[in-house]
Amino acid sequence: MANEAKTTSEYLLEVEHLKQYFPVRQGFHTVMLKAVDDVSFAIRPGETLGLVGESGCGKTTVGRSLLRLYQPTAGRITFDGKVLLDTGEQYDENGRPVLDASGKPVKGPAIEPDMFPFRRQMQMVFQDPYSSLNPRMTVEDIIGEPLDVHKLYSSKAERRDKILELMELVGLNAEHAMRYAHEFSGGQRQRIGIARALAVNPKFIVCDEAVSALDVSIQAQVVNMFEELQDKLGVAYLFIAHDLLVVHHISDRIAVMYLGKVVEIADADELNGSPIHPYTLSLLSAVPIPDPETARHSKRIVLEGDVPSPLNMPSGCPFRTRCRYATEQCAAEMPPLSDRGDGHMVACWNK
Amino acid sequence: MSENNTLLQVENLHTSFFTDNGEVRAVNGLTFRLDAGKTLGIVGESGSGKSVTAYSIMQILAETGRIVEGSVKFKGEDLTKWNAKQMQAFRGSKCSIIFQDPMTSLNPVFTIGYQLEEAILLHTDKTKKEAKERAIEMLTLVGVNEPEARVKQYPHELSGGMRQRVMIAMALACEPDILIADEPTTALDVTIQAQILELMQELQKKMGMAIIMVTHDLGVIASMCDEILVMYGGRVCERGTADAIFYHPAHEYTKGLLRSIPRADNMNERLVPIGGTPINLLQMPEGCAFCPRCDAAMKICLTQKPDEYRVGDDHLASCWMNVKELYDSQEENGNGE
Ligand SMILES: Nc1ncnc2c1ncn2[C@@H]1O[C@H](COP(=O)(O)OP(=O)(O)OP(=O)(O)O)[C@@H](O)[C@H]1O
Ligand SMILES: Nc1ncnc2c1ncn2[C@@H]1O[C@H](COP(=O)(O)OP(=O)(O)OP(=O)(O)O)[C@@H](O)[C@H]1O
Ligand code: SF4
Ligand SMILES: [Mg+2]
Ligand SMILES: [Mg+2]
Repeated sequence: MANEAKTTSEYLLEVEHLKQYFPVRQGFHTVMLKAVDDVSFAIRPGETLGLVGESGCGKTTVGRSLLRLYQPTAGRITFDGKVLLDTGEQYDENGRPVLDASGKPVKGPAIEPDMFPFRRQMQMVFQDPYSSLNPRMTVEDIIGEPLDVHKLYSSKAERRDKILELMELVGLNAEHAMRYAHEFSGGQRQRIGIARALAVNPKFIVCDEAVSALDVSIQAQVVNMFEELQDKLGVAYLFIAHDLLVVHHISDRIAVMYLGKVVEIADADELNGSPIHPYTLSLLSAVPIPDPETARHSKRIVLEGDVPSPLNMPSGCPFRTRCRYATEQCAAEMPPLSDRGDGHMVACWNK
Repeated sequence: MSENNTLLQVENLHTSFFTDNGEVRAVNGLTFRLDAGKTLGIVGESGSGKSVTAYSIMQILAETGRIVEGSVKFKGEDLTKWNAKQMQAFRGSKCSIIFQDPMTSLNPVFTIGYQLEEAILLHTDKTKKEAKERAIEMLTLVGVNEPEARVKQYPHELSGGMRQRVMIAMALACEPDILIADEPTTALDVTIQAQILELMQELQKKMGMAIIMVTHDLGVIASMCDEILVMYGGRVCERGTADAIFYHPAHEYTKGLLRSIPRADNMNERLVPIGGTPINLLQMPEGCAFCPRCDAAMKICLTQKPDEYRVGDDHLASCWMNVKELYDSQEENGNGE
C-alpha cells in the first residue's frame, strides 16, 4: 500500500492545504462556513508549535480535523512518514491548485487509512473538559479507558499503578481516583483530561486551551510537566491557547491564525520580538501584563472596521477589512506565506 | 456605612458533599459582604471552593451537596430558609450566573437562539417578538458577528469562546441585581475579553448591578474589582484591594501564587509552582490548611487555625507569619527604647 511506504522527513507531522468547511443553513439555502481554509504547517519531533488567534478563527477545528475527528474537506496530512489523509488535490510550487485544460482541479488518488493505529500516537486535550469527560465514570476508569482500548498493561495492579502515577503527574490526589467526573472542579476536570491524553505515551498531543481553567500555580506545574515530558520522551505539541504569555513560554515556534488562515509562523522569540504581519502586531500589543497598575492604565486596542465572519469571507486577504496597510492587491488575491528569513513565514502583500 | 446598600451577606458558610468516600468539605466557614454596584473578585487554587461558593448562593448544588452551616442573606433575608419556588424566582431575575463550563448550561439539542429567547421570556415580561430582538441585540453586544445566522446554530457548532459569550449574553439579558461570573473569560482572547468586561461595567453603572467575579486572571481582577478574596481549602486566606494583594501579599499561599506567573522576563526558565500536593478535603489538616505545603510553616501552624489579622487598611490575612512579624517588631521596638 502506498501509505505504508515511509518517507524520511525532518518533520513528525506535516499538514498541507488543510480545509475544513461546515454547511450552515442561512435562510432557505445552505452556505459553507470556511472554518479552516488552506492551512499548512509542520511540526518536528519533540517540538512545540503554539497556535494563537481570535476566538472563532479555527484553532480547535485545525486540531480536531488533523486528528480526523472531523472529515476534512481537503488536504494532505502526513504523520511519522505515513499518510494520514490525502484528498488528492495537486498544488504547484506557489501553492496554487493545479488545473487541467478545462479549469477543473487535477486530482490524484485519495488516501484515507484506518485511524486506529494512529490514535495511540496522537492525542488531544479538549477545550471543553465537561463535555469531553463522561460524568458517570470514575476518574480511574476515564484515565484507564485508553489503556484498556490499546491493551497497555498486563495486570490489574499495573493498570492501577499507571493511573495513580498519571494522577500525581497532573497534581491530583490519589483519593480522587474513585470519584466521578462530575464531582470535580473545572480545573480538576481539565487535569483529568490531560492525564487521559498522556496515558498512552503519545508522540504528539494537541493541547486545546489545556491550561486555561487552571490557576497560575497549577498552570505553572502543568506547563513544567509538559516541558519535562518533552525533554524525557520527545513528545511534540500543538499548543492552542489565547494566553500569549503562556504560549510564548512553552512554544518553540508560534503560528498565528486569522479567520481560518495562517498569517504568520516564526520562532517564538522572533515572533514576539519582531512580528511582521499587521494582525500579529495588533494581537501582541494587547498582551495584558499581570500587574494591577499596568492593567488599570492599559488601553484596549481597537481594530478598525467590521469584524468579518467565516460565513462571509472577504476576498483576498482575510484581514484587509481591518488592515491599515491594505491596498487593491489585498482585495484581489490572498497573499501566500513567504519566507522572510530563517523560516519566518508571513502572508502579507505589503509588509 | 449604609446597611441597606448591602445586597448579599454570606456568613460562616459551610458546604459539604456527602459522597461514598465520606464528607467532602468544599467550603469551610466563608464570610463576605457584597454591596450594590460593587465588584468582588475571588481568586484561589483550583478546587479551593470558588464554584461551590457560587452554587451555594444560588442553591444549585449537586444532589449530594448541602449547606451545613451558616447563612446567605439577600437584602437581609436568609436565602437558606427560602423554599424552592422563592429560589426559582431569585435565580435569573435577581441573580444570574455565568458558568465556568458553557456546556453545563447550554442544552445541546436546542439552537442557541431558542435558549436565549426562553431565558429572556422566563425572567422578564417581554413578548416573544421583543425577546427575539433582545437575543440578537445581546449577541451583538458580546461580539458574536452575524447573530442572525448564529441563533440558528447548535452549541456544538460554535467555537469555545462563542459558547462562552452566548452564556454571558444569556446571564446579562435578564438584567440581574447580582451577577456571578465564574471564570467568564477563560476562553476569550484579550480584545473580546476587554469588550465583555466593559459591557459588564456599563450595566453595573446603569443599574447598580453587583458582580462576583471568580477568575485566576490577574489583569481582570486588577481592572475590575473593588475587593479581592483569596481562597484556599474552602476558606478565605487573605482579603483586600487589588493593590494590597498584589504589592503586599500577606499570606504564604498568595505569595506563592504571585511567584508562579509567566512574565516577559522569565520566558526561558521553568515556572515556579507551589510545591506539594493540593489539600485533601476528606481529611482537612488541623491547623492552617496551607501548612503542609508552606515553606515558612512554624509549629503553631500545624495545630491551630490562624484567625484573620488586619495587616493594613482594608487588608486582612489569616497567616501566623503576620502575628510573628507583629511580635518581632514589637520586641525590636521594646528593646530599642
Ligand atoms: N461542527 C461545526 N459545525 C458548524 N460550524 C462549526 C463547527 N465547528 C466549528 N464551527 C465553526 O468554525 C469556526 C471556527 O471554530 P473553532 O472552534 O475552530 O474556533 P477557535 O479558534 O477554536 O475559537 P475559540 O478560541 O473560541 O475556541 C467558528 O465560526 C465555528 O462556529
Ligand atoms: N458534586 C461534588 N461531589 C463531591 N465533591 C465535589 C463536588 N463538586 C465539587 N466538589 C469538590 O469540592 C471542591 C471545591 O470545588 P470547586 O468547584 O468549588 O473548586 P473551584 O475553586 O471552583 O476550582 P476551579 O478553579 O478548578 O474551578 C473540589 O475539591 C471538588 O472536588
Ligand atoms: S495582505 Fe494587505 S490587507 Fe492583508 S495584512 Fe497585508 S497589507 Fe493588510
Ligand atoms: Mg477553540
Ligand atoms: Mg470552579
